[in-house]
Amino acid sequence: MRFETRTSPHLVPDHSVGAVMRQVLYALVPGTLAMTWFFGWGVLVNVVLAVLFSVLFEALMVHLRGRPVGATLEDYSAVVAGWLLALAIPPLAPFWVVLTGAAFAIVVAKHLYGGLGYNPFNPAMVGYVVVLVSFPRAMSLWPAPYGIIDAPLTFLQSWQTALTGQLPAGLQWDAITRASPLDLMRESLVSGQTVEEIRQSPVFGSFTEHEWEWTGNLFLLGGLWLLYRRVISWHIPVAVLLSLATIAGLFWIIDPDHFASPAFHVFSGAAILGAFFIATDPVSAATTPMGRILYGAGIGLLIYVIRTWGGYPDAVAFAVLLMNMVAPTLDHYTRPRIFGHSRDGHG
Amino acid sequence: MQLHRFHGGLKLPSHKAESTERPLRVLGVPQTLYVPLSQHIGEPTEPLVQPGDRVEKGQRIGQAKDYIAAHVHAPSSGRVVAIAEHPIPHPSGLSAPCIVIETDAQDHWGDTGMPAWPDWRDREARALRERVRDAGIVGLGGAAFPTAVKLNPRPGKPIHTLVVNGAECEPYITCDDLLMQTHPEAVLEGARIVAHLLGAEQVLFAIEDNKPEALRRLTEALARLEAEAQGSDQAQANASAGTRSEAPSQHRDASIQLVAIPSRYPTGGERQLIHVLTGREVPSAGLPADLGIICHNPGTLKAVRDAVLHGRPLISRIVTVTGPGVREPRNVEALIGTPFADLIVAAGGYAEGVDRLVMGGPMMGFAIHDDAVPVIKGSNCLLVTRPQDTARSGAVLPCIRCGECTRVCPANLLPQQLYWFAKSKNFDTIQDYGLFDCIECGCCAQVCPSNIPLVQYYRFGKQEIWNREKEREKADLARVRFEFRQERQEREEREKAERLARKKAMLAKKEPGSAAETEPGAPAASGTGAAADPKAAIADAIERARARKAAQAADADADAGTGPESESGSRTETGAGSDTGARPETRPGAGAPPASDNGAASDTPVRRPAAVAPAEKSGG
Repeated sequence: MRFETRTSPHLVPDHSVGAVMRQVLYALVPGTLAMTWFFGWGVLVNVVLAVLFSVLFEALMVHLRGRPVGATLEDYSAVVAGWLLALAIPPLAPFWVVLTGAAFAIVVAKHLYGGLGYNPFNPAMVGYVVVLVSFPRAMSLWPAPYGIIDAPLTFLQSWQTALTGQLPAGLQWDAITRASPLDLMRESLVSGQTVEEIRQSPVFGSFTEHEWEWTGNLFLLGGLWLLYRRVISWHIPVAVLLSLATIAGLFWIIDPDHFASPAFHVFSGAAILGAFFIATDPVSAATTPMGRILYGAGIGLLIYVIRTWGGYPDAVAFAVLLMNMVAPTLDHYTRPRIFGHSRDGHG
Repeated sequence: MQLHRFHGGLKLPSHKAESTERPLRVLGVPQTLYVPLSQHIGEPTEPLVQPGDRVEKGQRIGQAKDYIAAHVHAPSSGRVVAIAEHPIPHPSGLSAPCIVIETDAQDHWGDTGMPAWPDWRDREARALRERVRDAGIVGLGGAAFPTAVKLNPRPGKPIHTLVVNGAECEPYITCDDLLMQTHPEAVLEGARIVAHLLGAEQVLFAIEDNKPEALRRLTEALARLEAEAQGSDQAQANASAGTRSEAPSQHRDASIQLVAIPSRYPTGGERQLIHVLTGREVPSAGLPADLGIICHNPGTLKAVRDAVLHGRPLISRIVTVTGPGVREPRNVEALIGTPFADLIVAAGGYAEGVDRLVMGGPMMGFAIHDDAVPVIKGSNCLLVTRPQDTARSGAVLPCIRCGECTRVCPANLLPQQLYWFAKSKNFDTIQDYGLFDCIECGCCAQVCPSNIPLVQYYRFGKQEIWNREKEREKADLARVRFEFRQERQEREEREKAERLARKKAMLAKKEPGSAAETEPGAPAASGTGAAADPKAAIADAIERARARKAAQAADADADAGTGPESESGSRTETGAGSDTGARPETRPGAGAPPASDNGAASDTPVRRPAAVAPAEKSGG
């Protein structure tokens, strides 16, 4: 009798890329629902549009590159990239913002560099940065939480706004948008107020704005689940949040009037989402255990630096992209000691 | 006992119960035995029989010519019908020469030339090692490395501990488990013999804690053996009646300690096991013997015991026949040379829809294309699977650098980086990243979400590096030969010219007789001086060749860098040589193959080029 001769191992595999990416998607659900709850249907509209565009661009590029389209889409990496991009773009942004972001994320950042596994930069963050500098006004209009505005947009109105770029008749952008806590903190500090004065503003909860806190909490939940499922390792998220909190704490202790608290920094903006879902993109991150810790610490540090002294209120995307650049170097210098070798790397 | 943990590893579904539920079955003698001439790591043996010869059971039929090789014996009596190519269990799927024996069903033992040695305690290590070699024993854990070689540690490396590797950490395999359950005393006796041979004071017998039955039987057997020993000590003490006899203490057997270790793949890897037991790491370029430790598999120990106590060569072994692809998984004791198909029959035959037959375990075993291949000394397990049991579609995705492989690597390597370097054939960097520390356990490939056959890439990398190393050796040899030839030709021409010049001078000064006597005196004197000390001259030449060789080895880009350098070197040397007048005597040195003299070629390691290259440099 004759048999197939495939190589070892001869066991059912533990994982697949598709399963890994699907679990990332599951972990994004609670945070995304919280965002929808607080900021309106626009969040979901963004997710649907961004995922749709990303998958279409992925299919197109895979087809152009002569690879099997169906098998590639099964890895769900385009869905994850699109979803993360959608969460970064303000709800109610016109669809062409999302389209441009998805195009740069998938076509340029991913496939022009060789597709899955070969992109040096995080595709979602490249897409985000491109639209951030291309559509500054649209990217600055973040809807106010539902509790604040009188007449939130309905599901259909949200779609209409996204597809036409026009608010429904009778609504003004000023009426339904508001500066995010990071914007507020930044502008008020520039105008000479102290942190304590800013925090008197009614929008603040215990650390930051109530809505952002809860969004952060639910992304944290998803992230912890990913840790539990071993989809991601602890090194990057722990390093990002710890370094952000440490450096923020340092300045806060020195001068609490002019520097926001570590908790504010951790729970504002995309810090938690970034730590668990964006910085952990394995393809563009460092891959050695120590390299990942340094990579995450660098991201935390850069987030703080850019938020505090840079030109943008939030900085996760820039921090991640900057650290993407040094990831190969980090890997080179942080090789673990091989079993049976001495510290200096010789047998 | 304080146990330690190695980095990485995997908790795998054990699948051991399937084959341990049924008792060991001893297979009968098959009609035809196919005994491969090479069943071990090392050079193949040479057949000692001709087609048509009658062979008795246990008769040596394949002679090991190399030190690293193992004799082959007839597993049963009968007639040699052919010595021909037959499929063998090898990853290549190629055939190899086998001695084909038509058995006569008498299973008649011949004279093996190995008398039983119940008095093994009085035998010397050398004699016992010779016995192990005569019995053709190899490591039965699967690697099939000649045991006699392993039992001969380098001088100056005393062995204090024998580790018995009863971990059997790979899923499905249970042949050692069954052996320890059915022959616990034999294994323990084997351990004592080997410990005695090595001069080891203690035996650490490690068993994964998923084999409680084997552990229990061994514990009982050990208690019995110890009670017996005590009894005989007592008797001896009584016999010597008061006068204190030193004899019992002199021959006290090594103390055996049974150690249950946590089940965790690949804890049965030699280096991992030693780390678990002692917390020490075998140096990368070294061997366990560097730590005073030697590891053996229980099956090997039983084979040693059978050879020493009963004078029996290694002609059979226990094989696990298991997997969802056979109806009655079990262990069988089969003669070497029995076709796999016979073992499958003993295990109830194939289940529906089998597509894969693996020799070895699911992690490190290799698939075999034909069940006509015979059992060899290293066949520990036959695993038969259906498509759904392996569920590897073959679709390989790009590496996403998720780092799971790093997490599970027991050698603490970066498998994802090794993969990149193997794929891009970056063979210098890959060695820098520790390719040769990879034990090919397969943990990385098992957890890889992209389904990349990582171990295949590492094997490819190692093979390519070995091939290049061989090529380089050949090239070096050729270069050295060429240089010697050039040197010789230059020298001959120069000598010719000198002779001519001398002749001319002689002719010119022929008239004044007194001057002619004194003048040629100088060359003549140097000539006699050289003749008086030819050995020194040869040594001189060898020394120079060695220095040049070392200089070449030290140079990284051999072709570009060393050419002009070595050329100029040889030129200055020849110049110096002609001055001393000792040149003619270098002839024998030049005529002999230089590489064999300077030793570099034979010293150049084939296995670990990276590790030894610096040593080669420093030696020069």
